Amino acid sequence: MIFVTVGSDLPFDRLVRVVDEWAADNKRTDVFAQIGKTAWKPSTIDFKPFLEPAEFSQRLESATVVISHAGMGNILSALRHEKPILVMPRRASLREHRNEHQLATVEHLSKKGWLNVALDEHELRATLDRIDDLKPKEKISAFASPELTNALRDFIAQR
Amino acid sequence: MSARKPKVIAVSSGGGHWVQLLRLRPAFVDSDVTFVTVNPGNRRDVGDAKFRLIPDSNRWNKLALVRSMLGAFWILLMVRPDVVITTGAAPGYFMVRLAKVFGARTVWLDSVANAETLSMSGEKAGRHVDLWLTQWSHLAKENGPVYRGSVL
Repeated sequence: MIFVTVGSDLPFDRLVRVVDEWAADNKRTDVFAQIGKTAWKPSTIDFKPFLEPAEFSQRLESATVVISHAGMGNILSALRHEKPILVMPRRASLREHRNEHQLATVEHLSKKGWLNVALDEHELRATLDRIDDLKPKEKISAFASPELTNALRDFIAQR
Repeated sequence: MSARKPKVIAVSSGGGHWVQLLRLRPAFVDSDVTFVTVNPGNRRDVGDAKFRLIPDSNRWNKLALVRSMLGAFWILLMVRPDVVITTGAAPGYFMVRLAKVFGARTVWLDSVANAETLSMSGEKAGRHVDLWLTQWSHLAKENGPVYRGSVL
């Protein structure tokens, strides 16, 4: 299954619409989308506005590939489960978020080789045509870097 | 050091803030930790650890902000933590600010999503916490956040 997930806080019509059109044109029946507050409703793909954490985990674990906004929760979860992830950043300039931090996220994380990125609908559609060929990136560990967790543990231990 | 484990509150709002908070768990192995977040469905993520809910909010909804602040105060009163750690956003902001009233030491870990500028709540909270962390070394600065690794 292709698992599309765009967070629960804000609409992301651009992403959902392109995936739905692509699925219709390619007769893909293996797409499920969590669309959040997206107003536009898909005609081809299965969707729900929100998923409880248990269903989110189950959908993620059974996915072959994840398509997402550039939210860190989805990115970290996909990397942790060694799923290929394709992200399209929300743009504040299109009123899709409150600031442009998702652009910064994709720029810095893709430099480290963790993400497949589509910057706009055109790139998203082009990448969808080779979606089945995307490979998972390096699997990340279950926890933050030891440097960070040790620093916090030391801070807690100070009296 | 006394025999009592330090009491820690680890608090965040939902989504990416919560996923990042969970990745810090090895930091809490020697602590009596209470996880605090906004979605009851996340209780399953912390196993047998203590878990409490706080109302979510953002700066566009003043009434929700008041509810978060009252929730933070109530939880601090009940738990009486030694340390409060947050990955943001608004509920964590209230918790670290009010924690000083209770004499707790505080940590703000700015989200890894903020790769070019700090979050607005981070800028506001940073000056008031005991340990202000960014997850990007290029954002560390004198009199500002320090870099001590990241959730990745």
